[in-house]
Amino acid sequence: MQKTTRAALKIYKARKRKNKISMALSMAGMVFGLFWLVWILFTLTINGIEAINWTLLSKATPPPGSDGGLFNAILGSILMAGTATIIGTPIGILAGTYLAEYGRHSWLSSATRFVNDILLSAPSIVLGLFVYTVYVAQVGHFSGFAGALALSLIVIPVVVHTTDDMLKLVPDSLREAAVALGAPKWKMITMISYRAARSGIATGVLLAVARISGETAPLLFTALNNQFTSSNMNAPMANLPAVIFQFAMSPYADWHRIAWGGAILITLSVLGLNILARVMFTQQSK
Amino acid sequence: MDAVIIPFHQAAKTDKMTNHDQKSPQQPVNRSPKERLYQLGDIIFENVTRFFAFLVLATLIAILISLVITSMPSLKAFGFGFLFSDDWDPVREQFGAMIPIYGTLVSSLIAMLIAVPISFGIAVFLTEMAPNWLKRPLGTAIELLAAIPSIIYGMWGLFVFTPVFSEYVQPLIIGTLGNIPGIGALFQGPPMGIGMLTAGIILAIMVIPFISAVMRDVFELVPAVLKESAYGLGATTWEVVWKVVLPYTKTGVVGGIMLGLGRALGETMAVTFVIGNAQRFSTSLLAPGNSIASSLANEFSEAVGDLYTSSLIELGLILFLITTIVLAIAKMMLLRLGRMEGAAS
Repeated sequence: MQKTTRAALKIYKARKRKNKISMALSMAGMVFGLFWLVWILFTLTINGIEAINWTLLSKATPPPGSDGGLFNAILGSILMAGTATIIGTPIGILAGTYLAEYGRHSWLSSATRFVNDILLSAPSIVLGLFVYTVYVAQVGHFSGFAGALALSLIVIPVVVHTTDDMLKLVPDSLREAAVALGAPKWKMITMISYRAARSGIATGVLLAVARISGETAPLLFTALNNQFTSSNMNAPMANLPAVIFQFAMSPYADWHRIAWGGAILITLSVLGLNILARVMFTQQSK
Repeated sequence: MDAVIIPFHQAAKTDKMTNHDQKSPQQPVNRSPKERLYQLGDIIFENVTRFFAFLVLATLIAILISLVITSMPSLKAFGFGFLFSDDWDPVREQFGAMIPIYGTLVSSLIAMLIAVPISFGIAVFLTEMAPNWLKRPLGTAIELLAAIPSIIYGMWGLFVFTPVFSEYVQPLIIGTLGNIPGIGALFQGPPMGIGMLTAGIILAIMVIPFISAVMRDVFELVPAVLKESAYGLGATTWEVVWKVVLPYTKTGVVGGIMLGLGRALGETMAVTFVIGNAQRFSTSLLAPGNSIASSLANEFSEAVGDLYTSSLIELGLILFLITTIVLAIAKMMLLRLGRMEGAAS
């Protein structure tokens, strides 16, 4: 009798020990994840803060050894991200509208949703390659517009996904109420569904902007880069990520400093946009 | 949708006139211009949205077709041998994809080996252990890790992580794991910092948020009743996770892992900074290598000649095919879990 009790106690202790170990390990996993976040943000701040000054924001990228900043790259990034958002947002919202309001579970909707989710995680460098083959190679030169086009291919799936999700959250009773009042469907969608899902859709657009402001790979062979300040969308265009890439890979210390400055600018804006999107979204769900 | 009643005299009139209105019974008759406008608006709006939904679908196909067409010269010149040749010589115009493919697969595999257990831990912590007030901020912090642009990971990896890694960690690895017969060959060579292993570690950090987010979301799908009954029988938290939660969410967990794998395979900038960009084969994980995406990033804008360019595009095509398949499997797994959930509730 005593023997079995002792054996049971032993098993109980072993189970408890196993539980403690695994729980400690999962906590360690959490710490591991946070550790990198803190380390990356810490070094970025340390190296970035000292690089940020007025010259960085107001002057164009310098040749090695002389003074300069990132003005052309910042301008280029804003122009291209802006254009990409202007192209991608309406397309994404309209496609998402079809999925949530018309297609719902039709084969076209299911197939589009499936493909859209693949595009959402597709390697961005391949999207750049695609724009290169269908646009840059045909026109014969790199351009800011090609860069914007490549970025819009990233915007579209993000916006489609969130629009679809957010419109699905709108209760059907609202739609029925509108239809019962005699509203045609397009009016019901634009006046009721869109309004109810407004901030959710805006969150999606913000997230898309955040995502493209740090994208480098699709710009490498579409917008290329430009040493000079230019706002001509039909010519090669400087952009922050490509300049960071070029400057960080170079052997010059003052170029490294500028790259750190650019890195903290990008990270702050991307994280800022992300947090803004989250705040907006939680306010809507309240 | 809505039946249109055509008054008799109108119908007769249309019959008497040309026949050309007959095939569209939807034609609003006897409606005010405003109503007609609304109905027209409906048709236009539906078709415009359908067009753009179709456009999204067509994009994937267009990408495939355009990549196949532009990589034709290399497809013709090298055929299937392209996949298995380790030659990469722009001067002699001999190209093979084996080294970049190997680098892509190996660096992603290392990333998965690290990221999967860590993400599992994070998901378990967030769903089973963390107090409620901590769940949101910690979850958000991990998600912010995903928001950091990949170029930042690359730059940070090159300037901050690599020196630390080559000075403190790599000598340790070479000294211990390098001496084990068999797998020792994987850990040979000078501690340079850059290389496959470094790329794998950076990739792991980048995909942890994706995998752990999916795992956390699917863990939360487990009906509370199931967990409570296990707890009621005296199960420990670990036993609940391992024997109740995990079996229930199996497909979702695998889907999340595949999603992370898809991300890791296609990741470009971070890898380009730290993998070393050497078109050379090496058994050691500490040696520099190359991945498909970083070959493209480094060489494409400087490539001269049709064959060189089209070989690089064929690399892109291979990458696109691999990631599309992986992501499609991920999506199907997650869909299957979603359906199971739908059936259960």
